[in-house]
Amino acid sequence: MTTPERKSKSAELRKDILTMLYRCQSGHPGGSLSVLEILMALYYDVMNVRPKEPQWEDRDRLVLSKGHAAPALYAILADLGFFPKEDLAGLRQLASHLQGHPDMHKTPGIDASTGSLGQGASIAGGLAMAAKQKNAGYKIYAVLGDGELQEGIVWEAAMSAAHYRLDNLVFLLDHNGLQIDGSNDKVMALGDVAAKFKAFGFHCSRVDGHDADAIANALRQDSDGRPKFIDCVTKKGKGISFMEGQYGWHGRMINEDEYKSAMNELGGVS
Amino acid sequence: MAESKSLRVAYGEALEQLGASNGKIVVLDADLAHATMTCLFADKYPDRFYNMGIAEANMVCAAAGMAHSGLIPFVSTFALFGAGRAYEQIRNSVCYSRANVKLGLSHSGLCVGEDGGSHQAVEDIALMRVLPGMTVLVPCDPIEMVKAVNAAVHINGPVYIRVARPVCDCITKEDAAFIPGVANVMRNGADVSIFATGLMVSQALKAALLLEEKGISAAVVNFHTIKPLDVATAIEFAEKTGAVVTAEEHSVIGGLGSAIAENLVGKTGAKFAMVGIDDRFGRSGKPSDLFEAYGLTAENIAEKCIGLIQ
Repeated sequence: MTTPERKSKSAELRKDILTMLYRCQSGHPGGSLSVLEILMALYYDVMNVRPKEPQWEDRDRLVLSKGHAAPALYAILADLGFFPKEDLAGLRQLASHLQGHPDMHKTPGIDASTGSLGQGASIAGGLAMAAKQKNAGYKIYAVLGDGELQEGIVWEAAMSAAHYRLDNLVFLLDHNGLQIDGSNDKVMALGDVAAKFKAFGFHCSRVDGHDADAIANALRQDSDGRPKFIDCVTKKGKGISFMEGQYGWHGRMINEDEYKSAMNELGGVS
Repeated sequence: MAESKSLRVAYGEALEQLGASNGKIVVLDADLAHATMTCLFADKYPDRFYNMGIAEANMVCAAAGMAHSGLIPFVSTFALFGAGRAYEQIRNSVCYSRANVKLGLSHSGLCVGEDGGSHQAVEDIALMRVLPGMTVLVPCDPIEMVKAVNAAVHINGPVYIRVARPVCDCITKEDAAFIPGVANVMRNGADVSIFATGLMVSQALKAALLLEEKGISAAVVNFHTIKPLDVATAIEFAEKTGAVVTAEEHSVIGGLGSAIAENLVGKTGAKFAMVGIDDRFGRSGKPSDLFEAYGLTAENIAEKCIGLIQ
């Protein structure tokens, strides 16, 4: 994807995300907007998937461990053709397959049901161990939130990923610095996350989490037989001026004026 | 009679045998392979054995990831640290995700003995049976354990197998059918029915003999499957005998007795009593002393039966 293409695609996807959340009057705008370029780098540049054959055995797998950012993933999966774009209108509604958090049995293209923080890291580890067991060459990507790193299971997963030399596993951190009750530093400081993953035995890098090219390059780096950790520095609510950097937008509803204003910032209703 | 052995040894041997015939079987343990006896599989199939260290939550979710990839993982640790500590991982990553994970969790109940209440899972059946999609198997002897492990492989979905620690005599027959969800009638009777599971099945059979001496005819039904529960057989015996006593090495809250009560109330007028662990934790002691102290005995079952029908 070229840079201009990427720019227009990200604006279009942000509009989809906001429209979904505005319609259902629930969900998580902040983290869905911060994670977008990470998922774009994965789905448009790096991952090998077949939208018409979602269960294709040799596909790369994505585990959205921060499952509350599901709208970003749904927007991309719809854009790629895993399911019709009209389905997005049903987000979080009874008749829809689009659950509040990703459900692998309801939505085509979802590789793991997530939502309970931290568990996705371990599921991804299990997917990577199984790939090695089967001598399969596909890769497994887990996208984690920064507040999520406070869950102890993440570090259990990190320890076992290094122990089993899962060089087919990548953890990407959507590092926006904010969680529900405030900043990471105020709630439970994470310290130097890259140093921590390095100490656990990961190949670590740090990139601008809204620069999909940089993320894609980091994903392509050789990890020298180790699992990989990419610290993607992002902004919560990215792309909407009044949401950016505001922890209150983690799970706030969008009202009509805010919706119109946000859509205007993104170039108007498409 | 087949050889007496610990149910955990029977579990380990069953896994070892399965390993030869089914290449999809992988086994995960949390640094307890020599206690859960998954070491038997590990020695033979080191490439399909994963020691996950003392980290049960990660082990359960990793197993879910393996199941999503077409493998059939058997997860073992102590019941308390699997069903208890990793409960929410089992709930979300295994059951909610409908992952084909088998949990063979050992050292359940008071029979753990000397290690004491911190290690005795007296609530594991309750925790596991409340989960949608979970099959709950509680084998009563080494023969049933082998059948349960094999049956679990043929169930496409999560299965919990409660693995007791002590050496047990074989009280079932090699050629008896073992169908998950179908209770086994061990003994027919006219006056009272004893519904038992796991280690309490042998106590129930002894209780029936004690009752026989007093001229009371007791049926004994082995509910090796707590979920799905064989409701038809439960109702049939409740109606036939008019009195039901349940017996389990588990809290009376949420286990076999509760499951039976949930299904009999409003459907039969049978009298009902439970033998199990009252609402309290276990403690250190020899297993036989603990069973005595907590009322998990043939005598107590017989007494409860007499109390109901008099």
